[in-house]
Amino acid sequence: MLENYFPVLMFVLVGVGFGFVPMIAGWLLGPSKPDPEKLSPYECGFEAFEDARMKFDVRYYLIAIIFILFDLEIAFLFPWAAVLGEFAGNESLRFFGFFEMLVFLGILILGYIWVWKKGALDWE
Amino acid sequence: MNFVMPDFYPAAAEIFVAGMSLLLLVIELFAGKKKGFGFVVTLIALAGAAVITYTTADGQVSVTFSNLYISDLFGSFLKLLVYVAVAVMLVYSRDYLRVRGLDKTEYYLLVIYATLGMMVMISANHFLTIYLGLELLSLSLYTLVALDRDSSRATEAAMKYFVLGALASGLLLYGMSMVYGATGSLEISAVAQALAHGVVNKTVLVFGLVFLVSGLAFKLGVVPFHMWVPDVYHGAPTAMTLFVASAPKLAAFAMAIRLLVNGLFELAGDWQQMLMIMAVLSIALGNLAAIAQTNIKRMLAYSGISHMGFMLLGLTTGVVAGDRQFALNAYSSAMFYAVSYVVMSLASFGMVLLLSRAGFEAEKLEDFKGLNQRSPWFAALMMMVMLSMAGVPFFVGFFAKFSVLQAVVAAGYVWLAVLAVFFSLIGAFYYLRVVKLMYFDKPTDHAPITASLDMRVLLSANGLAVAALGLAPQALMSLCAFTLLRSL
Repeated sequence: MLENYFPVLMFVLVGVGFGFVPMIAGWLLGPSKPDPEKLSPYECGFEAFEDARMKFDVRYYLIAIIFILFDLEIAFLFPWAAVLGEFAGNESLRFFGFFEMLVFLGILILGYIWVWKKGALDWE
Repeated sequence: MNFVMPDFYPAAAEIFVAGMSLLLLVIELFAGKKKGFGFVVTLIALAGAAVITYTTADGQVSVTFSNLYISDLFGSFLKLLVYVAVAVMLVYSRDYLRVRGLDKTEYYLLVIYATLGMMVMISANHFLTIYLGLELLSLSLYTLVALDRDSSRATEAAMKYFVLGALASGLLLYGMSMVYGATGSLEISAVAQALAHGVVNKTVLVFGLVFLVSGLAFKLGVVPFHMWVPDVYHGAPTAMTLFVASAPKLAAFAMAIRLLVNGLFELAGDWQQMLMIMAVLSIALGNLAAIAQTNIKRMLAYSGISHMGFMLLGLTTGVVAGDRQFALNAYSSAMFYAVSYVVMSLASFGMVLLLSRAGFEAEKLEDFKGLNQRSPWFAALMMMVMLSMAGVPFFVGFFAKFSVLQAVVAAGYVWLAVLAVFFSLIGAFYYLRVVKLMYFDKPTDHAPITASLDMRVLLSANGLAVAALGLAPQALMSLCAFTLLRSL
């Protein structure tokens, strides 16, 4: 029973090691020439500590929301791909499942064309 | 679990409307600078959907998409009314939006999606379908309210609407999850069956019911969940107020019937008490607060709160001491009330749109002063609508109130009927004040009324419908009862 969990243990160990070994190796082996900029926390190029109500370019928001839309599409594709194989015996259901997803993708592609033509993907 | 090929036929109207929205997207991309196609395409979508809904309504109750979706006469009838309400709204709003530069294709797209949301809500046979339709409707409405993005008032209204609406959706979902926990199903008919078998945890169920009713009350805009109504009606551009105040009320009514009557009918004794409290509070607060308003959109918002409270009265009297013989009469009276409210609401906000023009919003009560001297015809129409809302005999509003009160008295709640009549009498004051301003005061605004012909004709027809339905309410009443009978 318990040995069934051995891969999980291995996974945890490798995961922890993957996180810590490079950090420790870098600390031990790398040259250390600190200056204030290097020691400050790095957060995607923004100032790490400042007023939360800051100005930022509204275009980030547009890109982010479009990204989420098209990113979620993949979340639907995976279970679909996994289930479609189980319909192997039933031709009509297979066709239905296939074209159902094509309709879904068609709507998304239409949305993509719309976004593109509207210029939402242009930074300037 | 076996997968069954769904039958698309019962949902043909929804599929058509969704397809038309995609078509409008494509047309917009390639139309260049041409204008006016959004209006036409949306009307075609509504007309096509009406034809499909009418031809697919065969009196059968059919479920499809793994019981997520139901098609019955009740739904088809309400959908047809929704199409008409949205089409009328589009005609009223066209000039108003054009002079303000708001007649973008996005407006028409959002209207189509909101309509689709209402259709899904009306045809839902599953809690999640209800929620899906509700969110499609609500998200479109939030955006529509904020469409005039340079207006800080509209943005504020949209923000309030969004925050409170999101809270209400959360309450609704939480209630649904409780009901799921107690009955083991989200499908409305399965929930009803589980309740009929009587082996469920009543505490969890009633707890969930409280949240469901709260979410529902939020969407209907009844006290104590009414805070958003005056602010949103006031802040939104009048064309959007017209939309928020008309067709979605029908969808909210359908949601109430599907959730409470079709799903949780066994608990009628519990939810009737909650609805009764909310109904009485709404009628009282709506009518009293409307008196203090100087802005007609705000006044109509409070009047809408009281009307929704009155409509709820009809839902509170379906089951008396376990006896269900009053159900059909009570629910069809509530349905008749909802339908006639939408007719009156369209006419009253249409009148506000009629008097508005470029750079001027006729939203103060003073703007109606002396309307009789400027246009005797429209003053007469507005008078009819106001008298109908007040419940003066032989307009549709009278029969709506009458049939609800009849159901209330038949169920034995005489004190409730007396209370409702008392507050309606108080409410008559502010409706009559509008009539007084139109007929006995000097006009402050002398600009000629410059509305397009189609709007004048439609608004006249709408005003006359208020009178005609009052003279012959029987047809609509029996239609409500007939369509409800099949889905109870």
